[in-house]
This record gives sequence, structure tokens and C-alpha cells, in this order.
Amino acid sequence: MSKRVAIVSVAQNAGAESADNFYDQAYRVAREALDKAGLTREELGTVVTASSDIFHGGISCANSYYWETTGAFLKNASRQDGESLFAFFYGVMRILSGQYDTALVMALCKGSENPPNDACTLMFADPFYQRPVGLTETTAAALQMRLYMEKYGVTREQCAKVAVKNLDNARRNPYAHRKGDYTVEAVLNSGMLADPLTELEAAPKSEGMVALVLATEEKAKKLTDKPVWFKGYGSSLDAFFLGDRDLLNGQLGNAAARAYKMAGIGDPGKQIDLAEVTEPYAFQELMWYEDLGFCGRGEGGKFLDSGATAANGSLPVNVSGGVLANNPYVSRGLQRIVEATLQIRGEAGQRQVDKQVKTALAHGTHGFAGQCHAVAIIGS
Amino acid sequence: MAKEYKTLMTEIRLPYEISYGATWTRFFEGMAEKKIYGTKCGRCNRVLVPARSFCPRCFVDTTDWVEAGQQGTLTAWSYVSYRYFGMPTEPPFISALLRLDGTDVDFLHMMGGFDMSDFEQTRKIVKNGMKLRAVWKDERQGHILDIKYFEPA
Repeated sequence: MSKRVAIVSVAQNAGAESADNFYDQAYRVAREALDKAGLTREELGTVVTASSDIFHGGISCANSYYWETTGAFLKNASRQDGESLFAFFYGVMRILSGQYDTALVMALCKGSENPPNDACTLMFADPFYQRPVGLTETTAAALQMRLYMEKYGVTREQCAKVAVKNLDNARRNPYAHRKGDYTVEAVLNSGMLADPLTELEAAPKSEGMVALVLATEEKAKKLTDKPVWFKGYGSSLDAFFLGDRDLLNGQLGNAAARAYKMAGIGDPGKQIDLAEVTEPYAFQELMWYEDLGFCGRGEGGKFLDSGATAANGSLPVNVSGGVLANNPYVSRGLQRIVEATLQIRGEAGQRQVDKQVKTALAHGTHGFAGQCHAVAIIGS
Repeated sequence: MAKEYKTLMTEIRLPYEISYGATWTRFFEGMAEKKIYGTKCGRCNRVLVPARSFCPRCFVDTTDWVEAGQQGTLTAWSYVSYRYFGMPTEPPFISALLRLDGTDVDFLHMMGGFDMSDFEQTRKIVKNGMKLRAVWKDERQGHILDIKYFEPA
């Protein structure tokens, strides 16, 4: 890339239920991101928002609250529907267009107000074929999980350990919604959703107004002494019908390869210092390790067992607690990049890892059993 | 459950009228006649089911109609025990992907036809790779649930 884009400030609210309303909560997070960047609304170049209006927020459409709360009204602003890491890249491109020197990227979701996640995800299935037979993200993930365990000999205990790790990490994250000192046994006995998936192996529904400010290199140097640079991005989208897909060979590998190519990463296991991945279901974190090239195919369970992805490991994954701890649905991808940014800047508080984080990966996914993936690489 | 702070309970109910289109009209008419139709891609030669007007992979029109087998092989399953809005039947039920004979993609439906009240007993019966066959409703409406479920063959 000829021009560089930096993240200059980040802001988010806590994931647990709050009595605040959507309008006020969104405004406060946007305001915080702008204040941290030292920008007024008038100085801000453009805004890109991400949301899923009717399903993951029953108020109205984007036109109702978003342009006011994010400071976007009267601006050349835009929004994207769905996973917010895609909106991040849209914001980067707006800076690279040369038309704006700053951009606010913001994801809006207040999960506590919404119906249960799967009341929404059932509606993501088509009305003719997959919805009448009951396809939800949870049933799709359960189909995928058994296939994964049977093919590679990954155990239920190894899958449950992802939840143990992430919910423990979340205890040091004041923004996390679900957290605790759970045993593998407690996770496995937390109540069956769709065998082999249990309650604690599935993400909750959380609140998540998440914002960051992007800037050109020239502007970033004026706004912060700790810019975090955009290095690379890739995405890949699989077919919709579940039966058309190979559930054990999804699109994250392609998305990662595209991001690695842009960022000049040849050996992700060595060059990436920390990763924040979107794991709405515990076992998926193990699959994503493999797809991201952190370990070999089928070795996700062993890689976790080695301790490599623990907060003090060689490649910490989801030090924030990940999506199992905090699942503001559409906001979760952008939240991954906010957490990675805090780690690079050394501003992650109690959850700050001991080693220096120079290069970090953020991942977002949406759709049944990881239909769509996005990967972003950022660094100091 | 009432919350400790003031909230508004609201619902959005809206009617939509969604076209089946020519290909899916024919597929669902087949359901009423106890037939499961697929279409074949002339480029990759895959038989896609439910029928598609085009092959998403090759991005060309499909060329031929093919009647898929009423039997198939179980490729993935889950014993669903949780309740959710819009669930197809009272839990427990088994969500399943199966590869119908003569087709090249998996078909999403449910398993049934045996006592599945106990998970451990069910697990002894249900194995990936097992043969299944379609069980049809007597009264059919051209709907995916004209197939009641797939039972062990």
C-alpha cells in the first residue's frame, strides 16, 4: 500500500445488560472515541456504521438513531448491514480514497433488548427450505462440531476447554459480559443445547456499541503518539445452502491468505503476536486456529492443550474472553480489532499480556457454521 | 420477566409475499407428488438438490432435471434439545444433513421414525454413514415438511 491508515482511538461499552437506552449508549461511545482522538464532530471526515437493524435491534432502521448518535448527520456517511469487521475495511477504504482524513467506524447493537439469538438466526435461513426444518446458527454449529470431532479425534473436553480459557480471561476484562472460573466438567454439564453443544459453549447475547477512529498517516501523527497501523485485510464468503458446503473446509483459510498476502505475513504462527477471533461456539476457536495457520489441520485441540493460546502463551487468543464472554452480535468483529488495538498500545489494563504485541490479528465471522469470514492485521 | 428499569415491550409482525420462481415452484410441486427434484450442472456435472436454476460454483444455468433418490446416507446430525422460536417440532428432534442417492450436495432435513426420548439410546442408533429413507405425510401441500422426516432404512 502506498498510503498508510491508522487507528487513532477506540471506545466500547460493557457487554452486560444496562438500563441505558440505545440512543444514549451509542452517543456516549461515539463521543468517547472522538474525544480520545481530540476531534469535534465537525472535524470528523466520514462515518461508517455496522448493524443488523430489525433482527438485532427492534427499534427501526439505520435512519432512525444512527446518524445522530454517531455524529454522521449532514456528512457523506454510510453503513453496512452485518458483521462489523467488513465495515472496518470499508472505513479504511474511505481513508484510502483520499477524500477524508478521518473516519469513525462504529458498530451498534444492544443485545439485552433482543429476542434470543436463535430467534434471529432462524430468520437468516431461507423461508422455503432451511427455515421450516429449523436451521439456526446453533444447530448448524452442532452439525459441524460432531463432524470435526469425528474426523480429527478432537474431544468434547478439548472443545469445552476453549470456554474455560475464554471465560477465565474475561474475568480480567471489565467490558466482558459472561465470565467466571469454570471447570471443563462445569462447561460440559451446563445444559445441552444441541448435542454436542452445551450452554456455556455457545455465546450469550450482549450489548456492544463499539467505535474506532481511523486517520491518514499525516493526520494520525497529529492526533496520537500511539498510532496502530492497518496492515492487511481479507474476506471470503461461502455458499448459502448448508448442504452445498464442506463444513470442515470453510472460507477462513482463504480470508486469512488474502490478509496475510496484503500484510506480508509468511509465517503467521511466528509473525502474529496475538489474535482476537470470533468464536460464537467454543469448538470453532480450535477450527479457526487451523484455518489461520497457527497449527496443522486437526491439531486445534492439541494446540490449545499446549498452552500456546493462553494469555501467557506464545500466541494468545481471545485474551479479552472472546465472543463466548461477550457477543454483541454484529459488533463482535469490530470489538476484536478494538481489543487487539488496546493490546498493541499497551492499554489493555488487567488483561494486558506480558509480552510486547507488535502485530495482531482480528477475525470476524457471520452466517451458519462460519459461512463468511473476515481477517484484519494491524500493528505498531 | 419484568426488568428493574422501565422498558417497552414491542413486537414487529409483518406479512411478506415471496415468489417461488419457476425452478422452486417445480421443486415444491414435486414434494406434493412425493418426488425430490434436483438439477444438474452441465459444466461440473453435479446434481444440486433442492433444484437450482444455476450452479453457484460454475455460475452457469443448470441443464437437466433429475429425480433424486428417496434414500440417502447420513452425513451430519445433532440431537437438538433446546426450545426456540420457530422450531419445527417439539424437542428433542434430530437435525440432519444427508446425501440423497444420485446427488452431489447434502440435503438438510430431520430424522425420525424411532423413539428418541433418551439421548444415550438415540446415540446407539444414529451414526454418520447410516442409510436413511424419506417418510412422507399423507396430506401434502408442496412444502419441505411434506417429508415428515428420514428414518433408518
